Amino acid sequence: MSALELANVTKRYGSVLAVDDAVLDVPAGSFVCLLGPSGCGKTTLMRMIAGLETPTAGTIRFNDETINERPVHRRDFGMVFQSLALFPHLSVGENIAYPLKIRGRPRAERDARVVELLDLVRLPGVADRSVAQLSGGQRQRVAIARALAVSPKLFLLDEPLSALDAKLREAMQVELRQLQERLGITTIVVTHDQREAMTMADTIVVMKGGRIQQMDRPIVIYRRPANAFVADFLGQTNLLTAHAADGGATIADAPVPGLTLPAGCATAEVSIRPEDVSVEREGAAPLPATVEFVRDMGSAVEVYLATAAGRIVAQRAAGRNDLMVGDTVSLALDPAAIVVFPAGATA
Amino acid sequence: MIGTFLTRLFFAAVGLFMAAPIVVIAGVSINEKRSLTFPPEGFSLAWYGQIFTDEGWRGALTTSVLIALGAATIAVLIALPIAYALWRRVTAIGRAVQLLGVSPFVLPPVITALGALSFWATMGGYGAWYTVVISHAIFFTSLPLVTISLGFQTIDREVTEAARTMGANDRTILTTIVLPMIAPYIISGFAFAFVLSLNEYIVAYMTVGFTLETVPIKIFNALRYGYTPTMASVSILFVAVAVVVFGFVARFGDLPRLLGAWSSGDGK
Amino acid sequence: MSAAAPGTKAGGWREQAPLIFPALMLLAFFVVPFGLMIAVSLFERVAGGFYQPVLTTANYARFLSLFFGKILVFSLGLSALVSALCLIVGAPFTYLLTKLRRKWQVPWLVAMLAVLSLSEVIIGFSWSTLLSRTAGLSNLFVSLGLMDNPDAWTPGFFAVLAGMTYQAFPYAVLVLYPSFSRLDPSLAEAARTLGASPLRAFFTVILPALRMALIATFIIVFVFALGAYLLPQLLGRPEHWTLSVLITDQAIYQSNMPFAAAMAVFLVVTSLSLVLLTTTLGRKGRAA
Repeated sequence: MSALELANVTKRYGSVLAVDDAVLDVPAGSFVCLLGPSGCGKTTLMRMIAGLETPTAGTIRFNDETINERPVHRRDFGMVFQSLALFPHLSVGENIAYPLKIRGRPRAERDARVVELLDLVRLPGVADRSVAQLSGGQRQRVAIARALAVSPKLFLLDEPLSALDAKLREAMQVELRQLQERLGITTIVVTHDQREAMTMADTIVVMKGGRIQQMDRPIVIYRRPANAFVADFLGQTNLLTAHAADGGATIADAPVPGLTLPAGCATAEVSIRPEDVSVEREGAAPLPATVEFVRDMGSAVEVYLATAAGRIVAQRAAGRNDLMVGDTVSLALDPAAIVVFPAGATA
Repeated sequence: MIGTFLTRLFFAAVGLFMAAPIVVIAGVSINEKRSLTFPPEGFSLAWYGQIFTDEGWRGALTTSVLIALGAATIAVLIALPIAYALWRRVTAIGRAVQLLGVSPFVLPPVITALGALSFWATMGGYGAWYTVVISHAIFFTSLPLVTISLGFQTIDREVTEAARTMGANDRTILTTIVLPMIAPYIISGFAFAFVLSLNEYIVAYMTVGFTLETVPIKIFNALRYGYTPTMASVSILFVAVAVVVFGFVARFGDLPRLLGAWSSGDGK
Repeated sequence: MSAAAPGTKAGGWREQAPLIFPALMLLAFFVVPFGLMIAVSLFERVAGGFYQPVLTTANYARFLSLFFGKILVFSLGLSALVSALCLIVGAPFTYLLTKLRRKWQVPWLVAMLAVLSLSEVIIGFSWSTLLSRTAGLSNLFVSLGLMDNPDAWTPGFFAVLAGMTYQAFPYAVLVLYPSFSRLDPSLAEAARTLGASPLRAFFTVILPALRMALIATFIIVFVFALGAYLLPQLLGRPEHWTLSVLITDQAIYQSNMPFAAAMAVFLVVTSLSLVLLTTTLGRKGRAA
């Protein structure tokens, strides 16, 4: 059952099309990430869901009710803002209790709920501190606690972890996912960080230029990107041109056994990830290449190669660092891992 | 939505309040006869012409403009070095001079006026034209001081450091980087001081009120001793001058930024 | 941000040299006149002239009499009322102003600056005309049929109040502007997502978050209003005259400079203490 349905939602600012005909179904209890570069419309889309912006066209339905016209303060969604937006004049406990106070809940109930929520976000005992006294990570948790105070049906987070440093971010991604699983609350997160999306989401919605490019499980998007943009945005990839040839296809005049282009296509753009490119001895594989640069990251070895098709990046297992700049080698491309984009599929 | 309607209504009410006296004066200034009536009976722009043809008014206007030009110039000459010194290094003495620069404006104008009166009466020179120019300059120093300080804040330290690594000494940095970058702020500070000096009454009155007539002094005298519609037309002229000057500052500079907002990164 | 320009030697006097000219100017033409004024307040009045340097506290004694005491209380009360009115209307107005797109804010800011720079004479003239019996609002109402006969609404207390509020309002808006401008817009949005209506969000989140700025603005506008020297005269009767009017009157028309100076000194002390209060509040607000 879908909790949230977006039907042809569009947002226009003057001549600028911020969100173009978005169609989205978010099942109840799922974790969705809106992913894309800055300016792609993901934040605008979330703000329309929250009610902070009104769609120029289209409908937003929540639990089978159209909520386009419902004002923000009556949508009962919990939202965490990028700047966290904690109220500076209230203590931690007062911040968290704010939505309860607005709804007229009695003091005892508010206090109990604050304790409960602080335990939930693993920040017990700080209710009386002022917001300024907390660290970035702690403030993050308070913002989450506050948004969840009235047990909303929809939990929205706009780049919630962008202000945290790298290590803390990674830890919070895991915690956020675990929290969501525990509460079972329908959650939508906006992020530009694809690692974040892949860590937390059940479904990733990739956006560019206001349009939804692809919407699927993370690993499906990774393995089968819908177009070159998605392939390039999620992880690293090599974008190459394949040409149809007798019984198959070639890349840079090298045959790629097992690869076929769709009927009627003389050429097509294809994507292959570095881990699916295998570096062999000279002559052992179809595509000749010269080593340009080697990068040993410790956990894997990246090799930059010059080929007739341009630069190709290959990834080898940790420790396999026996190549030198200038070596002539040959490349084998795993046909099962190659994604072919039909003509016109580029975003 | 009712929110937007109420907001529009609120803005309209404030706008009306702000505009009402000016609208009435404008109406009075185009009245055909010499009487003070509203709504106007008949239409005539003669009273605007009077500003320039009548010797008294023309003289007052010239006096006001000359004083304002002088005062604004001196105010900038006082404010610029203070802002510059503080930008180079914040010292106690720099802060003290800055405080002195801002104080006259923060205090009620009557104080500055009385101080000026005491001073020039004691020193001699009471009633001479330079008394009001200097006193106005001191009074309005805070305006270019604020705008120019803001301008210095916009200079990225790394820009001057880069210049230094390329061989520029302090003097060169001042003339080739600092001054060009803060020029708009100098101009807006000058503009603010100029407009305020044009309109200033009490300091002018207490220093040169008996020897010179600026426009505000002349209007006040006319209020007491005899009404003439030229009072209204010259008032509208001054309102127009203010709007044009500040409009220019807004057009060529970032007015919200100048008044304290963050520099616009967003479209808001 | 306030560190010295790197690469310069610490404590070079040449760096501070630019301060010499301004310091001299300010010392000569502000500090000295100021000091002189304080001195004059302690001197004896010479009828028809200025003063003679004979020390006396008679001026202050006269000032502290009941008559002038009442004027003082009235001045303070009127300024407080004006400041309060400006804030009550000005705070929501400035808030809504800062939520407009930049390009729509500019005309309003230009308008505020224009009114702010207007001479008190022009404002007095405009308001006395606006509220007059022959050329004002009441004439407009009569011609629109809302009133039978035109009426003079000046001189009077409400005329003074209206004129002074008109003069101080742009000042309040421009002083509040930076604070409201820099306020994180997501504070209000967060409040709304948490269930507060826009009005409720304004009163429970926006205003409290800015309470230091609001208090400081109240004080600043209060001091500004204390400085009105013409409006109470033009729009009010002698019972509405404020301290600044009295100072002007004594200095010029009564030729009693020492007495005027004594009142001025008092006014300065009051204003300075209030401004100091504002800056300490500002510092506390930042530390909090």
